[in-house]
Amino acid sequence: MTRLPAGSQPDIPVARDMRESPISAGEGTSVRHALWVRFIHWIVAASFLTLAFSGFVILMCHPRLYWGEVGNDLTPALLELPISRNHRHGAWTTPSPFFDSPGSPVSAGRTGDIFNQNGWGRSLHFLAAWFLVVPGGAYLLAGTAGGHFRRHLVPRAGELTAQGMRREITDHLRFVVRAASGGPQYGLLQKFAYCVVVFAALPLAVLTGLAMSPAITAALPFLSGMFGGFQSARTIHFAASILLVLFLFVHVVMVIASGFRRQMRAMTLGDPR
Amino acid sequence: MNPNFLITRRNALITGLASVGGWLLPGCSQPMPPTYGNLLRMGDNLTYAAHRALLPGQSLAREYRPGDVSSFPATGTLNPGDPDNPNASEEYRRLQQESFAGWRLVVEGLVSRPGAYSLADLKRLPSRSQITRHTCEEGWTAIAEWTGVPLSRVLDAAGMRPSARFVSFYSYDDWADSIDLLDALHPQTLLAYGMNGRDLPVPHGAPVRLRVERQLGYKSMKYLRRLVVRDTFDDGGAQGNIRNGWAWYTGI
Repeated sequence: MTRLPAGSQPDIPVARDMRESPISAGEGTSVRHALWVRFIHWIVAASFLTLAFSGFVILMCHPRLYWGEVGNDLTPALLELPISRNHRHGAWTTPSPFFDSPGSPVSAGRTGDIFNQNGWGRSLHFLAAWFLVVPGGAYLLAGTAGGHFRRHLVPRAGELTAQGMRREITDHLRFVVRAASGGPQYGLLQKFAYCVVVFAALPLAVLTGLAMSPAITAALPFLSGMFGGFQSARTIHFAASILLVLFLFVHVVMVIASGFRRQMRAMTLGDPR
Repeated sequence: MNPNFLITRRNALITGLASVGGWLLPGCSQPMPPTYGNLLRMGDNLTYAAHRALLPGQSLAREYRPGDVSSFPATGTLNPGDPDNPNASEEYRRLQQESFAGWRLVVEGLVSRPGAYSLADLKRLPSRSQITRHTCEEGWTAIAEWTGVPLSRVLDAAGMRPSARFVSFYSYDDWADSIDLLDALHPQTLLAYGMNGRDLPVPHGAPVRLRVERQLGYKSMKYLRRLVVRDTFDDGGAQGNIRNGWAWYTGI
Protein backbone atom coordinates (compact mmCIF):
# COMPACT_ATOMS: atom_id res chain seq x y z
CA MET A 1 0.00 0.00 0.00
CA THR A 2 1.15 3.48 -0.76
CA ARG A 3 0.03 6.40 1.30
CA LEU A 4 0.61 9.80 -0.19
CA PRO A 5 1.15 12.58 2.34
CA ALA A 6 -1.38 15.36 2.51
CA GLY A 7 -0.49 18.10 0.10
CA SER A 8 1.44 15.90 -2.29
CA GLN A 9 0.35 15.36 -5.87
CA PRO A 10 -1.21 18.77 -6.37
CA ASP A 11 -2.46 17.65 -9.79
CA ILE A 12 -5.11 15.43 -8.21
CA PRO A 13 -8.37 17.20 -8.98
CA VAL A 14 -9.90 16.40 -5.62
CA ALA A 15 -8.86 18.83 -2.97
CA ARG A 16 -7.74 17.78 0.46
CA ASP A 17 -7.97 21.15 2.05
CA MET A 18 -9.83 24.17 0.91
CA ARG A 19 -6.83 26.34 1.64
CA GLU A 20 -4.91 24.39 -0.96
CA SER A 21 -7.42 24.27 -3.71
CA PRO A 22 -10.29 26.37 -4.93
CA ILE A 23 -12.13 23.28 -6.18
CA SER A 24 -12.82 21.80 -2.80
CA ALA A 25 -15.38 24.06 -1.34
CA GLY A 26 -17.05 27.30 -1.78
CA GLU A 27 -18.29 30.14 0.16
CA GLY A 28 -17.76 30.05 3.87
CA THR A 29 -17.48 26.30 4.23
CA SER A 30 -15.38 24.93 7.00
CA VAL A 31 -12.66 22.40 6.29
CA ARG A 32 -13.76 20.50 9.32
CA HIS A 33 -16.57 18.06 9.70
CA ALA A 34 -19.48 20.09 11.02
CA LEU A 35 -20.48 19.32 14.61
CA TRP A 36 -23.93 18.07 13.60
CA VAL A 37 -22.40 15.76 10.98
CA ARG A 38 -19.99 14.28 13.54
CA PHE A 39 -22.80 13.86 16.08
CA ILE A 40 -25.11 12.07 13.66
CA HIS A 41 -22.25 10.02 12.19
CA TRP A 42 -21.57 8.32 15.52
CA ILE A 43 -25.22 7.86 16.48
CA VAL A 44 -25.91 6.21 13.12
CA ALA A 45 -22.70 4.17 13.42
CA ALA A 46 -23.76 2.78 16.82
CA SER A 47 -27.30 2.23 15.57
CA PHE A 48 -26.08 0.42 12.43
CA LEU A 49 -23.79 -1.92 14.37
CA THR A 50 -26.68 -2.80 16.70
CA LEU A 51 -29.05 -3.27 13.76
CA ALA A 52 -26.59 -5.50 11.91
CA PHE A 53 -26.01 -7.64 15.00
CA SER A 54 -29.67 -7.97 16.03
CA GLY A 55 -30.69 -8.40 12.39
CA PHE A 56 -28.34 -11.36 12.08
CA VAL A 57 -29.81 -12.89 15.25
CA ILE A 58 -33.33 -12.44 13.82
CA LEU A 59 -32.28 -14.00 10.49
CA MET A 60 -30.80 -16.99 12.35
CA CYS A 61 -34.31 -17.83 13.55
CA HIS A 62 -35.58 -18.31 9.99
CA PRO A 63 -32.54 -18.36 7.67
CA ARG A 64 -34.60 -18.86 4.50
CA LEU A 65 -35.25 -16.07 1.98
CA TYR A 66 -38.15 -15.96 -0.47
CA TRP A 67 -39.71 -13.78 -3.14
CA GLY A 68 -43.31 -12.52 -3.13
CA GLU A 69 -45.77 -12.27 -0.27
CA VAL A 70 -45.53 -15.75 1.24
CA GLY A 71 -42.68 -17.95 2.39
CA ASN A 72 -42.39 -20.56 5.11
CA ASP A 73 -40.94 -23.99 5.88
CA LEU A 74 -43.64 -25.64 3.74
CA THR A 75 -42.89 -23.54 0.62
CA PRO A 76 -39.74 -23.47 -1.54
CA ALA A 77 -37.02 -20.96 -0.61
CA LEU A 78 -35.00 -18.70 -2.87
CA LEU A 79 -31.97 -19.04 -0.61
CA GLU A 80 -31.19 -21.07 2.51
CA LEU A 81 -28.40 -19.74 4.70
CA PRO A 82 -26.57 -22.26 6.90
CA ILE A 83 -26.23 -19.76 9.76
CA SER A 84 -28.13 -21.67 12.45
CA ARG A 85 -29.44 -25.16 13.02
CA ASN A 86 -32.86 -23.88 11.90
CA HIS A 87 -31.88 -24.07 8.23
CA ARG A 88 -32.33 -27.83 8.49
CA HIS A 89 -36.08 -27.19 9.15
CA GLY A 90 -36.31 -29.36 12.28
CA ALA A 91 -39.05 -31.95 12.67
CA TRP A 92 -42.58 -31.66 11.26
CA THR A 93 -45.76 -33.73 11.37
CA THR A 94 -46.97 -35.32 8.14
CA PRO A 95 -48.38 -32.53 5.91
CA SER A 96 -52.16 -32.59 5.45
CA PRO A 97 -53.85 -30.74 2.57
CA PHE A 98 -56.38 -27.94 3.23
CA PHE A 99 -58.46 -28.77 0.13
CA ASP A 100 -59.37 -31.92 -1.79
CA SER A 101 -57.99 -30.56 -5.06
CA PRO A 102 -54.60 -31.84 -6.26
CA GLY A 103 -51.70 -29.55 -5.41
CA SER A 104 -53.61 -28.11 -2.45
CA PRO A 105 -51.64 -26.02 0.04
CA VAL A 106 -50.84 -28.04 3.14
CA SER A 107 -50.49 -27.65 6.87
CA ALA A 108 -47.90 -29.36 9.06
CA GLY A 109 -46.99 -28.90 12.69
CA ARG A 110 -43.48 -28.24 13.98
CA THR A 111 -42.60 -30.89 16.55
CA GLY A 112 -39.06 -29.85 17.50
CA ASP A 113 -37.53 -26.82 19.20
CA ILE A 114 -35.77 -24.20 17.11
CA PHE A 115 -33.17 -21.52 17.78
CA ASN A 116 -35.17 -18.38 18.56
CA GLN A 117 -33.73 -15.31 20.31
CA ASN A 118 -36.19 -12.89 18.72
CA GLY A 119 -37.71 -11.81 22.05
CA TRP A 120 -34.81 -9.44 22.73
CA GLY A 121 -33.51 -9.55 19.16
CA ARG A 122 -36.55 -7.88 17.62
CA SER A 123 -37.02 -5.33 20.42
CA LEU A 124 -33.32 -4.38 20.23
CA HIS A 125 -33.58 -4.11 16.42
CA PHE A 126 -36.51 -1.69 16.59
CA LEU A 127 -35.01 0.32 19.46
CA ALA A 128 -31.81 0.76 17.42
CA ALA A 129 -33.88 1.57 14.33
CA TRP A 130 -35.25 4.68 16.07
CA PHE A 131 -31.63 5.92 16.31
CA LEU A 132 -31.21 5.42 12.57
CA VAL A 133 -34.55 6.81 11.41
CA VAL A 134 -34.75 9.98 13.53
CA PRO A 135 -31.12 11.22 13.26
CA GLY A 136 -30.95 9.90 9.68
CA GLY A 137 -34.07 11.85 8.74
CA ALA A 138 -32.65 14.98 10.41
CA TYR A 139 -29.39 14.45 8.51
CA LEU A 140 -31.19 14.20 5.15
CA LEU A 141 -33.18 17.37 5.88
CA ALA A 142 -30.22 19.38 7.17
CA GLY A 143 -27.91 18.08 4.44
CA THR A 144 -30.35 19.11 1.73
CA ALA A 145 -31.38 22.46 3.22
CA GLY A 146 -27.93 23.52 4.43
CA GLY A 147 -26.07 22.60 1.25
CA HIS A 148 -23.85 19.93 2.85
CA PHE A 149 -24.83 17.39 0.19
CA ARG A 150 -24.36 19.85 -2.69
CA ARG A 151 -20.99 21.07 -1.39
CA HIS A 152 -19.45 17.83 -0.20
CA LEU A 153 -21.29 14.67 -1.22
CA VAL A 154 -22.65 15.05 -4.74
CA PRO A 155 -19.85 15.01 -7.34
CA ARG A 156 -19.33 18.35 -9.07
CA ALA A 157 -19.83 18.55 -12.84
CA GLY A 158 -16.14 19.48 -13.19
CA GLU A 159 -15.11 16.35 -11.31
CA LEU A 160 -16.85 13.96 -13.64
CA THR A 161 -14.22 13.91 -16.33
CA ALA A 162 -13.09 10.67 -17.95
CA GLN A 163 -9.51 11.49 -16.99
CA GLY A 164 -10.33 12.15 -13.36
CA MET A 165 -12.41 9.01 -13.05
CA ARG A 166 -9.75 6.87 -14.68
CA ARG A 167 -7.15 8.19 -12.26
CA GLU A 168 -9.43 7.60 -9.26
CA ILE A 169 -10.08 4.03 -10.32
CA THR A 170 -6.44 3.19 -11.08
CA ASP A 171 -5.38 4.74 -7.77
CA HIS A 172 -7.88 2.58 -5.92
CA LEU A 173 -6.89 -0.55 -7.83
CA ARG A 174 -3.23 0.11 -7.00
CA PHE A 175 -4.28 0.94 -3.45
CA VAL A 176 -2.78 4.37 -3.54
CA VAL A 177 -4.50 6.15 -0.68
CA ARG A 178 -4.29 9.86 -0.18
CA ALA A 179 -3.75 11.05 3.38
CA ALA A 180 -6.81 12.22 5.27
CA SER A 181 -7.85 15.80 4.69
CA GLY A 182 -9.46 15.93 8.10
CA GLY A 183 -12.69 17.26 6.68
CA PRO A 184 -15.38 16.67 4.10
CA GLN A 185 -13.14 16.91 1.04
CA TYR A 186 -13.81 13.60 -0.63
CA GLY A 187 -12.51 11.77 -3.65
CA LEU A 188 -14.81 10.90 -6.51
CA LEU A 189 -15.27 7.21 -5.69
CA GLN A 190 -15.61 8.13 -2.03
CA LYS A 191 -18.45 10.49 -2.95
CA PHE A 192 -20.09 7.74 -5.00
CA ALA A 193 -19.85 5.33 -2.06
CA TYR A 194 -21.27 7.86 0.42
CA CYS A 195 -24.09 8.80 -1.97
CA VAL A 196 -25.05 5.14 -2.47
CA VAL A 197 -25.13 4.61 1.31
CA VAL A 198 -26.90 7.87 2.22
CA PHE A 199 -29.39 8.12 -0.64
CA ALA A 200 -29.95 4.47 -1.60
CA ALA A 201 -28.86 1.67 0.73
CA LEU A 202 -29.90 3.12 4.11
CA PRO A 203 -33.27 4.50 2.85
CA LEU A 204 -33.89 1.16 1.14
CA ALA A 205 -33.13 -0.73 4.36
CA VAL A 206 -35.54 1.52 6.29
CA LEU A 207 -38.32 1.30 3.68
CA THR A 208 -38.08 -2.49 3.30
CA GLY A 209 -38.06 -2.71 7.11
CA LEU A 210 -41.26 -0.68 7.32
CA ALA A 211 -42.71 -2.82 4.50
CA MET A 212 -42.51 -5.81 6.87
CA SER A 213 -44.59 -4.14 9.58
CA PRO A 214 -48.18 -5.43 9.64
CA ALA A 215 -49.52 -2.20 11.19
CA ILE A 216 -47.63 0.17 8.89
CA THR A 217 -48.49 -1.74 5.70
CA ALA A 218 -52.18 -1.79 6.73
CA ALA A 219 -52.03 2.02 6.80
CA LEU A 220 -49.67 2.39 3.79
CA PRO A 221 -50.26 -0.65 1.52
CA PHE A 222 -48.08 0.73 -1.31
CA LEU A 223 -45.02 0.20 0.91
CA SER A 224 -45.37 -3.56 0.68
CA GLY A 225 -46.58 -3.41 -2.93
CA MET A 226 -43.57 -1.45 -4.22
CA PHE A 227 -41.23 -4.26 -3.19
CA GLY A 228 -43.46 -7.08 -4.46
CA GLY A 229 -44.64 -8.39 -1.08
CA PHE A 230 -43.48 -9.05 2.46
CA GLN A 231 -40.92 -11.74 1.62
CA SER A 232 -39.46 -9.74 -1.28
CA ALA A 233 -39.06 -6.78 1.09
CA ARG A 234 -37.36 -9.09 3.61
CA THR A 235 -34.95 -10.39 0.94
CA ILE A 236 -34.14 -6.83 -0.26
CA HIS A 237 -33.71 -5.79 3.41
CA PHE A 238 -31.09 -8.55 3.72
CA ALA A 239 -29.36 -7.54 0.45
CA ALA A 240 -29.22 -3.88 1.53
CA SER A 241 -27.75 -4.88 4.89
CA ILE A 242 -25.05 -7.00 3.19
CA LEU A 243 -24.17 -4.01 0.97
CA LEU A 244 -23.97 -1.76 4.05
CA VAL A 245 -21.77 -4.21 5.96
CA LEU A 246 -19.42 -4.38 2.94
CA PHE A 247 -19.37 -0.58 2.83
CA LEU A 248 -18.56 -0.46 6.55
CA PHE A 249 -15.64 -2.85 6.01
CA VAL A 250 -14.17 -0.79 3.13
CA HIS A 251 -14.87 2.45 5.05
CA VAL A 252 -12.91 1.28 8.09
CA VAL A 253 -10.05 -0.03 5.94
CA MET A 254 -9.83 3.33 4.16
CA VAL A 255 -9.95 5.25 7.46
CA ILE A 256 -7.02 3.20 8.71
CA ALA A 257 -5.13 3.46 5.41
CA SER A 258 -5.54 7.23 5.17
CA GLY A 259 -4.40 7.92 8.73
CA PHE A 260 -6.48 6.47 11.53
CA ARG A 261 -5.50 8.95 14.23
CA ARG A 262 -6.11 12.02 12.11
CA GLN A 263 -9.42 10.67 10.78
CA MET A 264 -10.65 9.87 14.29
CA ARG A 265 -9.66 13.32 15.56
CA ALA A 266 -11.43 14.86 12.58
CA MET A 267 -14.65 12.90 13.07
CA THR A 268 -14.76 13.32 16.87
CA LEU A 269 -13.13 16.62 17.88
CA GLY A 270 -13.57 18.14 14.43
CA ASP A 271 -9.85 18.84 14.56
CA PRO A 272 -8.29 18.32 11.13
CA ARG A 273 -4.69 18.12 12.38
CA MET B 1 -38.51 48.53 30.49
CA ASN B 2 -39.49 46.50 33.51
CA PRO B 3 -36.83 43.81 33.83
CA ASN B 4 -39.49 41.39 35.09
CA PHE B 5 -40.96 41.30 31.59
CA LEU B 6 -37.67 40.62 29.83
CA ILE B 7 -37.82 37.30 28.06
CA THR B 8 -34.42 35.87 28.77
CA ARG B 9 -33.20 32.66 27.19
CA ARG B 10 -33.21 30.97 30.61
CA ASN B 11 -36.78 32.02 31.35
CA ALA B 12 -37.94 30.92 27.92
CA LEU B 13 -36.30 27.55 28.47
CA ILE B 14 -37.84 27.06 31.93
CA THR B 15 -41.28 28.10 30.74
CA GLY B 16 -40.99 25.88 27.71
CA LEU B 17 -39.95 22.84 29.74
CA ALA B 18 -42.72 23.48 32.26
CA SER B 19 -45.33 23.60 29.53
CA VAL B 20 -43.98 20.41 27.94
CA GLY B 21 -44.13 18.79 31.38
CA GLY B 22 -47.71 19.92 31.81
CA TRP B 23 -48.51 18.39 28.46
CA LEU B 24 -46.80 15.11 29.32
CA LEU B 25 -48.23 14.68 32.80
CA PRO B 26 -51.77 13.73 31.78
CA GLY B 27 -50.07 11.28 29.40
CA CYS B 28 -48.47 9.52 32.35
CA SER B 29 -51.84 8.60 33.80
CA GLN B 30 -52.80 6.85 30.56
CA PRO B 31 -52.41 3.10 30.83
CA MET B 32 -49.29 1.96 28.96
CA PRO B 33 -47.51 -1.39 29.12
CA PRO B 34 -45.03 -1.46 32.02
CA THR B 35 -41.34 -1.31 31.13
CA TYR B 36 -39.92 -2.51 34.46
CA GLY B 37 -37.01 -0.15 33.69
CA ASN B 38 -36.04 -2.35 30.75
CA LEU B 39 -34.61 -0.36 27.84
CA LEU B 40 -36.03 -2.78 25.26
CA ARG B 41 -39.54 -2.45 26.69
CA MET B 42 -39.14 1.36 26.55
CA GLY B 43 -38.35 1.00 22.84
CA ASP B 44 -41.45 -1.19 22.38
CA ASN B 45 -43.57 1.46 24.11
CA LEU B 46 -42.09 4.20 21.93
CA THR B 47 -43.03 2.22 18.82
CA TYR B 48 -46.52 1.53 20.20
CA ALA B 49 -47.10 5.20 21.06
CA ALA B 50 -45.76 6.30 17.64
CA HIS B 51 -48.01 3.84 15.80
CA ARG B 52 -51.05 4.94 17.77
CA ALA B 53 -50.22 8.62 17.26
CA LEU B 54 -49.24 8.49 13.58
CA LEU B 55 -51.18 5.64 11.93
CA PRO B 56 -54.91 5.74 11.19
CA GLY B 57 -56.66 3.56 13.76
CA GLN B 58 -59.05 1.62 11.57
CA SER B 59 -57.10 0.97 8.34
CA LEU B 60 -57.60 -2.59 7.13
CA ALA B 61 -54.85 -5.13 6.61
CA ARG B 62 -54.60 -6.30 3.00
CA GLU B 63 -57.01 -9.06 2.01
CA TYR B 64 -56.11 -11.58 -0.70
CA ARG B 65 -57.86 -13.74 -3.30
CA PRO B 66 -58.79 -17.41 -2.67
CA GLY B 67 -56.01 -18.45 -5.05
CA ASP B 68 -53.45 -16.80 -2.77
CA VAL B 69 -54.12 -19.21 0.12
CA SER B 70 -50.79 -20.91 0.90
CA SER B 71 -49.30 -23.74 2.89
CA PHE B 72 -49.40 -22.85 6.57
CA PRO B 73 -47.09 -24.19 9.29
CA ALA B 74 -48.53 -24.75 12.76
CA THR B 75 -46.04 -23.81 15.47
CA GLY B 76 -46.02 -23.54 19.24
CA THR B 77 -48.62 -25.76 20.91
CA LEU B 78 -50.06 -28.25 18.41
CA ASN B 79 -52.60 -29.85 20.76
CA PRO B 80 -53.14 -28.79 24.40
CA GLY B 81 -54.95 -32.13 25.00
CA ASP B 82 -51.83 -34.15 24.20
CA PRO B 83 -50.63 -35.56 27.56
CA ASP B 84 -46.99 -35.35 26.33
CA ASN B 85 -47.39 -31.58 26.13
CA PRO B 86 -45.80 -29.72 29.07
CA ASN B 87 -48.88 -27.47 29.23
CA ALA B 88 -51.29 -30.40 28.75
CA SER B 89 -54.87 -29.60 29.67
CA GLU B 90 -57.10 -32.47 30.79
CA GLU B 91 -60.11 -30.22 30.34
CA TYR B 92 -59.17 -29.49 26.72
CA ARG B 93 -58.75 -33.21 26.03
CA ARG B 94 -62.29 -33.90 27.29
CA LEU B 95 -63.74 -31.02 25.21
CA GLN B 96 -61.89 -32.27 22.13
CA GLN B 97 -63.32 -35.80 22.56
CA GLU B 98 -66.86 -34.42 22.30
CA SER B 99 -66.01 -32.15 19.32
CA PHE B 100 -65.99 -29.06 21.54
CA ALA B 101 -69.75 -29.29 22.22
CA GLY B 102 -69.07 -28.42 25.84
CA TRP B 103 -66.58 -25.64 25.06
CA ARG B 104 -67.51 -22.19 26.36
CA LEU B 105 -65.78 -18.83 25.92
CA VAL B 106 -66.03 -16.99 29.23
CA VAL B 107 -66.53 -13.24 28.76
CA GLU B 108 -66.11 -11.19 31.93
CA GLY B 109 -64.65 -8.04 33.44
CA LEU B 110 -66.04 -4.62 32.54
CA VAL B 111 -69.17 -5.92 30.80
CA SER B 112 -72.76 -5.51 31.93
CA ARG B 113 -73.69 -9.05 30.83
CA PRO B 114 -70.83 -11.43 31.73
CA GLY B 115 -71.37 -14.88 30.35
CA ALA B 116 -70.13 -17.97 28.57
CA TYR B 117 -70.56 -18.41 24.83
CA SER B 118 -70.76 -21.82 23.17
CA LEU B 119 -69.49 -22.37 19.63
CA ALA B 120 -73.12 -22.29 18.46
CA ASP B 121 -73.66 -18.96 20.27
CA LEU B 122 -70.69 -17.43 18.46
CA LYS B 123 -71.84 -18.83 15.10
CA ARG B 124 -75.25 -17.21 15.61
CA LEU B 125 -73.62 -13.76 15.73
CA PRO B 126 -72.86 -12.06 12.37
CA SER B 127 -69.76 -13.60 10.83
CA ARG B 128 -66.90 -12.31 8.72
CA SER B 129 -64.50 -14.12 6.37
CA GLN B 130 -61.15 -12.64 5.41
CA ILE B 131 -58.13 -13.92 3.50
CA THR B 132 -55.16 -12.39 5.26
CA ARG B 133 -51.43 -12.83 5.73
CA HIS B 134 -50.14 -14.33 8.96
CA THR B 135 -46.77 -12.75 9.77
CA CYS B 136 -44.73 -14.79 12.22
CA GLU B 137 -42.08 -13.08 14.38
CA GLU B 138 -39.68 -15.79 13.17
CA GLY B 139 -39.75 -14.28 9.66
CA TRP B 140 -42.12 -16.55 7.73
CA THR B 141 -45.52 -15.68 6.30
CA ALA B 142 -48.58 -17.65 5.18
CA ILE B 143 -52.00 -16.74 3.76
CA ALA B 144 -55.27 -18.33 4.91
CA GLU B 145 -58.97 -17.61 4.94
CA TRP B 146 -60.36 -17.07 8.40
CA THR B 147 -64.04 -17.15 9.35
CA GLY B 148 -65.37 -15.99 12.66
CA VAL B 149 -67.27 -13.39 14.58
CA PRO B 150 -65.75 -9.92 14.88
CA LEU B 151 -64.66 -9.46 18.49
CA SER B 152 -66.52 -6.13 18.52
CA ARG B 153 -69.83 -8.05 18.08
CA VAL B 154 -69.11 -10.19 21.13
CA LEU B 155 -68.11 -7.13 23.17
CA ASP B 156 -71.36 -5.45 22.06
CA ALA B 157 -73.40 -8.50 22.99
CA ALA B 158 -71.74 -8.58 26.41
CA GLY B 159 -72.33 -4.87 26.94
CA MET B 160 -68.81 -3.52 27.25
CA ARG B 161 -68.62 -0.68 29.78
CA PRO B 162 -67.44 2.81 28.66
CA SER B 163 -64.35 2.66 30.91
CA ALA B 164 -62.93 -0.35 28.98
CA ARG B 165 -59.39 0.10 27.61
CA PHE B 166 -57.96 -3.39 27.05
CA VAL B 167 -59.19 -6.91 26.37
CA SER B 168 -57.20 -9.74 27.96
CA PHE B 169 -57.19 -13.28 26.55
CA TYR B 170 -56.42 -16.62 28.19
CA SER B 171 -55.76 -19.92 26.41
CA TYR B 172 -55.90 -23.65 27.17
CA ASP B 173 -52.14 -23.88 26.64
CA ASP B 174 -51.61 -21.39 29.49
CA TRP B 175 -50.89 -18.14 27.68
CA ALA B 176 -52.21 -14.74 28.70
CA ASP B 177 -52.16 -11.74 26.39
CA SER B 178 -54.08 -8.55 25.74
CA ILE B 179 -54.82 -6.00 23.03
CA ASP B 180 -55.92 -2.39 23.30
CA LEU B 181 -59.42 -1.29 22.37
CA LEU B 182 -58.29 0.04 18.99
CA ASP B 183 -57.30 -3.47 17.94
CA ALA B 184 -60.16 -5.12 19.84
CA LEU B 185 -62.78 -3.09 17.95
CA HIS B 186 -60.97 -3.30 14.60
CA PRO B 187 -63.28 -4.81 11.93
CA GLN B 188 -60.74 -7.55 11.08
CA THR B 189 -60.18 -8.66 14.67
CA LEU B 190 -62.04 -11.98 14.81
CA LEU B 191 -62.78 -14.82 17.13
CA ALA B 192 -62.14 -17.29 14.30
CA TYR B 193 -63.74 -20.74 14.24
CA GLY B 194 -63.09 -21.51 10.56
CA MET B 195 -59.92 -21.79 8.48
CA ASN B 196 -59.91 -22.20 4.69
CA GLY B 197 -63.61 -23.09 4.65
CA ARG B 198 -63.48 -25.81 7.32
CA ASP B 199 -63.62 -25.96 11.09
CA LEU B 200 -60.45 -24.54 12.65
CA PRO B 201 -58.00 -27.50 12.92
CA VAL B 202 -56.59 -28.36 16.35
CA PRO B 203 -52.95 -27.45 15.44
CA HIS B 204 -54.20 -23.98 14.43
CA GLY B 205 -56.10 -23.33 17.66
CA ALA B 206 -59.44 -25.18 17.68
CA PRO B 207 -62.17 -24.52 18.45
CA VAL B 208 -61.67 -20.73 18.46
CA ARG B 209 -58.58 -18.56 18.04
CA LEU B 210 -58.06 -14.84 17.88
CA ARG B 211 -57.08 -13.04 14.65
CA VAL B 212 -55.34 -9.66 15.14
CA GLU B 213 -54.36 -8.83 11.58
CA ARG B 214 -52.26 -5.71 12.19
CA GLN B 215 -49.89 -7.40 14.60
CA LEU B 216 -47.52 -10.36 14.41
CA GLY B 217 -48.78 -13.92 14.51
CA TYR B 218 -48.23 -14.54 18.20
CA LYS B 219 -50.87 -11.96 19.15
CA SER B 220 -53.48 -14.15 17.40
CA MET B 221 -53.86 -16.47 20.39
CA LYS B 222 -54.90 -20.08 19.78
CA TYR B 223 -57.15 -22.29 21.99
CA LEU B 224 -59.13 -19.44 23.58
CA ARG B 225 -60.90 -20.13 26.86
CA ARG B 226 -61.60 -16.75 28.47
CA LEU B 227 -61.54 -13.03 27.80
CA VAL B 228 -61.59 -10.23 30.33
CA VAL B 229 -62.39 -6.58 29.57
CA ARG B 230 -60.25 -4.23 31.70
CA ASP B 231 -59.71 -0.49 32.20
CA THR B 232 -56.00 -0.87 33.01
CA PHE B 233 -53.09 -2.68 31.43
CA ASP B 234 -52.56 -6.23 32.67
CA ASP B 235 -49.24 -7.84 31.71
CA GLY B 236 -50.57 -11.39 32.04
CA GLY B 237 -48.04 -12.19 34.77
CA ALA B 238 -45.82 -15.23 34.27
CA GLN B 239 -48.01 -16.31 31.32
CA GLY B 240 -47.79 -12.97 29.51
CA ASN B 241 -45.39 -11.71 26.82
CA ILE B 242 -43.54 -9.08 28.81
CA ARG B 243 -42.38 -11.27 31.70
CA ASN B 244 -41.26 -13.84 29.12
CA GLY B 245 -39.08 -11.27 27.36
CA TRP B 246 -41.35 -10.58 24.38
CA ALA B 247 -42.84 -7.33 23.13
CA TRP B 248 -46.50 -6.78 24.01
CA TYR B 249 -47.20 -4.60 20.99
CA THR B 250 -46.10 -6.26 17.74
CA GLY B 251 -47.44 -4.00 15.00
CA ILE B 252 -43.88 -3.91 13.69
